[in-house]
Amino acid sequence: MDTFTSALPALASAWELILQPLVLGYLVLGVLMGLAVGVFPGLGGIAGLSLLLPFMFGMDPVLGLALMIGMVAVVPTSDTFASVLMGIPGSSASQATVLDGFPMAKNGEAARALSAAFASSLFGGLVGAAFLTVFILVARPIVLAFGLPEMLMITLFGLSMVAVLAGRMPLKGLAAAGLGIMIGTIGEADAGGNLRMATYDIPYLTDGLKLVIVGLGIFAIPEIVSLLRQDRSISREASLGAGWMTGVKDWASNIFLSMRCSIIGVVVGVIPGLGGSVVDWIAYGHSVQTTRDKSKFGKGEVRGVIGPESSNNAKEGGGLVPTLLFGIPGSGSMAIFIGAIALLGSGDIEVGPSMLKNNLDITYSIVWLLALANVVGTIVCIAASGGIAKLTTIRFTYLAPFLFMLISFAAFQSGQNFEDLLALCGIGLIGIFLRRFDWSRPAFLIGFVLSNPVEKFSNQAFQISSIRFRKSFGEGMEYLFSPIVIVLIIITVISVVLGIRQAKAIMAEGEMKSGSKRAPLVFLLLVSAYLLVAVIDASRIPNINMTDKIVPLVVGSFSLLCCLILLVKMIRAPEGDSIFADKELGGEDADASHSLWSTLAWFGLLVGLTAVVGFILALVVFLVAFLRVRADASWNKTLLLSVCGIAFMCLMAWALNRDFPPGLLQSYADLPWPLT
Amino acid sequence: MSLSSFRRCSLAALAVAASSVLPAVAHAEVDFSGKTIEWVIPFSETGGSAKWANFFAPLLSEAMPGNPTVVVKFMPGAGSTKGANWFQKQKHKDGTLLFGSSGSTQFPYLLDDPRVRYEYKDWIQIMATGTGGVAYLNAEDGAKFDGTANNLKDTDFIYGSQGATRLDLVPLLAWKMLGMKVEPVFGIKGRGDGRLMFERGEATIDYQTSSAYLKGSMPLVEEGKAVPMMAFGSVDKDGNIVRDPTFPDMPSFKEVCEATDGCETSGDAWEAWKAFFIAGFSAQKIAHMPGDTPQDVVDTYVDAFNQIAARDDFVKISSNALGKYPLNTGKLAQAEMASAVSVPASAKEFVKNWLQEDYGVSLK
Repeated sequence: MDTFTSALPALASAWELILQPLVLGYLVLGVLMGLAVGVFPGLGGIAGLSLLLPFMFGMDPVLGLALMIGMVAVVPTSDTFASVLMGIPGSSASQATVLDGFPMAKNGEAARALSAAFASSLFGGLVGAAFLTVFILVARPIVLAFGLPEMLMITLFGLSMVAVLAGRMPLKGLAAAGLGIMIGTIGEADAGGNLRMATYDIPYLTDGLKLVIVGLGIFAIPEIVSLLRQDRSISREASLGAGWMTGVKDWASNIFLSMRCSIIGVVVGVIPGLGGSVVDWIAYGHSVQTTRDKSKFGKGEVRGVIGPESSNNAKEGGGLVPTLLFGIPGSGSMAIFIGAIALLGSGDIEVGPSMLKNNLDITYSIVWLLALANVVGTIVCIAASGGIAKLTTIRFTYLAPFLFMLISFAAFQSGQNFEDLLALCGIGLIGIFLRRFDWSRPAFLIGFVLSNPVEKFSNQAFQISSIRFRKSFGEGMEYLFSPIVIVLIIITVISVVLGIRQAKAIMAEGEMKSGSKRAPLVFLLLVSAYLLVAVIDASRIPNINMTDKIVPLVVGSFSLLCCLILLVKMIRAPEGDSIFADKELGGEDADASHSLWSTLAWFGLLVGLTAVVGFILALVVFLVAFLRVRADASWNKTLLLSVCGIAFMCLMAWALNRDFPPGLLQSYADLPWPLT
Repeated sequence: MSLSSFRRCSLAALAVAASSVLPAVAHAEVDFSGKTIEWVIPFSETGGSAKWANFFAPLLSEAMPGNPTVVVKFMPGAGSTKGANWFQKQKHKDGTLLFGSSGSTQFPYLLDDPRVRYEYKDWIQIMATGTGGVAYLNAEDGAKFDGTANNLKDTDFIYGSQGATRLDLVPLLAWKMLGMKVEPVFGIKGRGDGRLMFERGEATIDYQTSSAYLKGSMPLVEEGKAVPMMAFGSVDKDGNIVRDPTFPDMPSFKEVCEATDGCETSGDAWEAWKAFFIAGFSAQKIAHMPGDTPQDVVDTYVDAFNQIAARDDFVKISSNALGKYPLNTGKLAQAEMASAVSVPASAKEFVKNWLQEDYGVSLK
């Protein structure tokens, strides 16, 4: 009770700290900078915060916090623009938003999708803050109750969303998720350091693939390529029918869904170690399961936007709990945030267990600055959404080269290796074929995202429980099957059963034609071959490092089994069966005016040229050639657009203090920035 | 550089040194006005080295002649060997390149990791900072600790670890030498996660670097949930392990080892532990410049860091970022680095064998 009586005065003094014109001014400044950075896919809060760091030294703590929080808070809001309008997941927080947001944009409802998303974000942010105000006082014992078995169960619960998103052929969905997990295990194992499907001769692979690259490759590249082939605008309608008011109304009529998803966001965000990567998928799965008419999911269902967007801003609030109470950052941007707090003022705010005792007013200021930043950010975004939505009416061929430019830059920033671009191409190809043959892309991505947590938590929980079992059977059981674990098991089972029943109604890739056996069969064989090689590779790890081989062995064999059953089914099924779904046979892709390979070759050209002359010079050639040849633009238009594009790229990189991928030329000649 | 020239200076001594040296080399100063110094860190924006460099960057900018802009650049990958390999290839241009290595860069070098293509001895050290570490037990087992590990040898301990070839090598080897059975649970993402695992009761033994111990683990000790076992110690000017000045009341690992049956403070195991302790803790973070950097440029940087260390408020502002350990510059930093990377071949072999036998780790 003691904590609660001290909470009210602290809350009051927090508001006193916040409600000063200068503090609010810094908050708005932070928000505007955050919006500018967040629109850039793949950079997010980390880039923005790094930019602010030099100014934090000795700054007044509340002002510094206002600036930083303003910036961090709006990234999950502003990255919605890229997800909805372009189908590019701006950050891991907005991957699920792509599923229904982008189809809505294609239906000419971009403004509606955006404003529904922003309204949900705002609400999520506020619910998160309100929940935290009380929860933060009692959070410590609750957070400590989440041990490894509990975290493993939450991860498995996240994985069970695959059941909802598996698509018409559950087997394909399972195999896709398995492939995602296997791709996620590439590189040096966390536990024993053994290499899986990697070699020290290619150091790039030892680090594994980055989420940014896989997200862009799986969602953005297939969509960009597909739209580009059709040579039209993103929106099928020339006029943008439903406006932003409709979106807000959509949110209002789904307020309870928004509320539930916000709570999911805070709660999962609170648990350290999981980060936010699963939250939006759990929220999406929940939205699907609680919607009566599921037929519109994947084709532009507004509830599929409201759910994830409500959860992802609430999650930012939840993530503050491990950050502030335990000093354990829930995400990359939170890690920088902790570092920056140490620089503020005289450096006496110490993030960690003492935060509640000594700095409760600062803690509350942080929580409510976050909420306020959400309000400001949302208002700016909603105001801008109508105008920005017009992008979807532009002929896509004019947008595509700039999108290629943006995603290449974003991919490069994840690791600053040229290989990042190659990985993007490779994963992009996988994405294109998953889409073409109706293998669930969300299932693949969930598998990839959860690959590391599944492996880590199952190994660690196994290790600790076996030591407990050695002491006594009862102690082991008590550790593994705590009440929280049992509840989570029940929820997971219910979700899987419901999911399997409902999955058939959800066609994430829209209607598909089926045809001849050859192409789908070849793809299946390629996937099986990769899985087989990966399993053999894992089996060669010595047994003393069982932790490094068990997950790839089990998951790989299971996925391989799914592929084998699929193979048998394919051999038996007649041509034209839905198992042979192929986008090239009917619908948009079949009617496209350009072929897949010639379109991909343009992207290949950019990457290839970059390898030789570096990114900016390659971009000059690529933009001019693309706009002249593919878009058939006049010389004036071509030059104007190219100059604008390159100037924008350079400005962003310069402001964020980022480099461009160098090529062979740069290793021989010393060129001035930005050509380096 | 021999160990005898290896000295640890108190901040006060450094301040005196700095003020006496400054006028003497002032003529050699290189003007950096209008230039941008790039401080490359081979880790991501979120790690401890980022925090370290970000702390020094504005101070360095103030202290350098001409007040150049100092930007911290990140080049993560392959456990920091990617960035270090890159730095190895850099030549002196205009003296605006600084590289920050950490224990995680030193260890692969010492363990002959196949990815290592860099040679510490080619680089010029400008500045080095260190830290200490404290190992602690849970309350139940802590009651059995009497200054020796004799009563702890029959207990199965669980320890949340980032990996046997990381800084965790130092505590793991220490516990092994004490004859304790510590089973590491690998794959955690940072020492904070390890402490959380300890707080949840899943891990029963833990260690933290000094500042993290003071912030995160001391409250546990005060609540009676944890019992400190030992501080690893500190290296004196003759290269001996002595008590850590931050924890004068806590026995060093050397004291506990001497008091424990079967633990030797000589021989391969001890030499190996000491070498890895220096490389991972007492000379943990080092700022380097390319080997062909002219002496006047090096002197300018060394002076700048001396000035930083001599600031009146340095102890106060650095306590959060560095702890209470000294900042060594120039020759002292070079000596520290030399002792950090010169490990007797037999000690190296001992560590490699132990890693292979106990954890199945083989670097090839």
